[in-house]
Amino acid sequence: MTIATSIDDACAALDAHPGSLVLAGGTDLMVEVNRGTRSIDHVVAVDRIPELRGWSRDGDHGQVLRIGAGTTCADLAEPTIASLVPALAQAARTVGSPQIRNAATLGGNLATASPAGDTLPVLAALDAEVELRSVDGTRRLSLDEFVVGVKANALVPGELIVAIRVPVLDGPQEFLKVGTRNAMVIAVTSLALVVDQPGRTVRVALGSVAPVPVRAVEAEVLAAEQLDFDGLTAPDTDLVDRFADLVADAARPIDDHRSSAAYRRHAVGVLARRALARAFSGRDPEGGTA
Amino acid sequence: MTTTSPDGAFTLIVNGTLRPVVDAHPGESLLFVLRERLGLAGSKNACEEGECGSCTVRLDGETVCSCLVLAGAAAGRDVVTIEGLTMEAGVSAEPGLSPVQQAFLDAGAVQCGFCTPGLLMAIDALLDAESDPDDLTVREAISGNLCRCTGYGRILDAVDRAAAVRRAEVTP
Repeated sequence: MTIATSIDDACAALDAHPGSLVLAGGTDLMVEVNRGTRSIDHVVAVDRIPELRGWSRDGDHGQVLRIGAGTTCADLAEPTIASLVPALAQAARTVGSPQIRNAATLGGNLATASPAGDTLPVLAALDAEVELRSVDGTRRLSLDEFVVGVKANALVPGELIVAIRVPVLDGPQEFLKVGTRNAMVIAVTSLALVVDQPGRTVRVALGSVAPVPVRAVEAEVLAAEQLDFDGLTAPDTDLVDRFADLVADAARPIDDHRSSAAYRRHAVGVLARRALARAFSGRDPEGGTA
Repeated sequence: MTTTSPDGAFTLIVNGTLRPVVDAHPGESLLFVLRERLGLAGSKNACEEGECGSCTVRLDGETVCSCLVLAGAAAGRDVVTIEGLTMEAGVSAEPGLSPVQQAFLDAGAVQCGFCTPGLLMAIDALLDAESDPDDLTVREAISGNLCRCTGYGRILDAVDRAAAVRRAEVTP
């Protein structure tokens, strides 16, 4: 086992020991190890690398937030993230339990690439970029380049997720999740909605309704054409209905042990309606009246 | 400093004591090593997937499911188990019950007892962070601990009692 304390050391260890498992919070990996469905040879533990924790503003005007891949869900729920990327903080807060959130990391949620990964719809809605590092250098992938299928990602051997880059947008954001209880639940379906007021766009992404997070592109087009981005005034019922229908149409759900396809499609429409109503309620995100 | 070592040999720091482990198999969880190699059977093993919270320990102060911690990866980090909660409480050399443990007894919050160690660890951590948590905060703090006897009412009562005792202890 290698317990790495720097990104360079971790990449060197991954290079020196092909087939190594990267261990961050362990909350997904150890479930497989305990079940005996994942064998362990060499492990590279990356949970003691200070460079992987925390976040910084990047870009010409600080409009990009670069979040270290080892940042825990508990840390993502803190006020700083909640003020800069509210939907990401909301999603992180719905992950597992306090014990899980203390260990589970943003990079781990990405690496697992579960269709039900709670942060993934948020990252999809934000057009997040994933920063990868290996001894050969750094590359950046868009989220849809990175998450390529059910529990499948684009990491090549020797590569480590080091950061996630998301834009800091001006406008309300929502993350909503349906499950059988409010804690310790894997999403039956989830939805992230982010508003870019200056850009006059709404971006919507859905979780647990397809192999990978899906954007509701037609709903986004309708929203961009019809909504009041200056005052965020509540849209009329007809517009809300059409928006919710287009979101539901974007879903490609399946029947499984957790839910039926029909329920998922219905639920994601309800979430769309709810998220739109919260974001466009005539109030600005600071809580005053626009 | 980055260290590379054989998987089976490492030293844990458990309840303030160095505990060498010499022959662990690859992939052994912290929970397994605590129970089966170090004789600390207070942390309970039920789901082995982070759902039940029965194996909750403090790792560098944070509550985690010890079943989801690779034992070797915890080397050198500060592990506190339910046994540590007991010892910590004693003002004399004799192990004593912590306020949370005593409150569970007083409130009758223990039925089969299997979830109790994990709940005690979660609640002790909560009360370290917040001396007078409201009901919603308590419910969220124990949302990762399942009681299959469903004795939550008395558990919530025990949290109130423990919080009151702890507040009285720090008030001169």
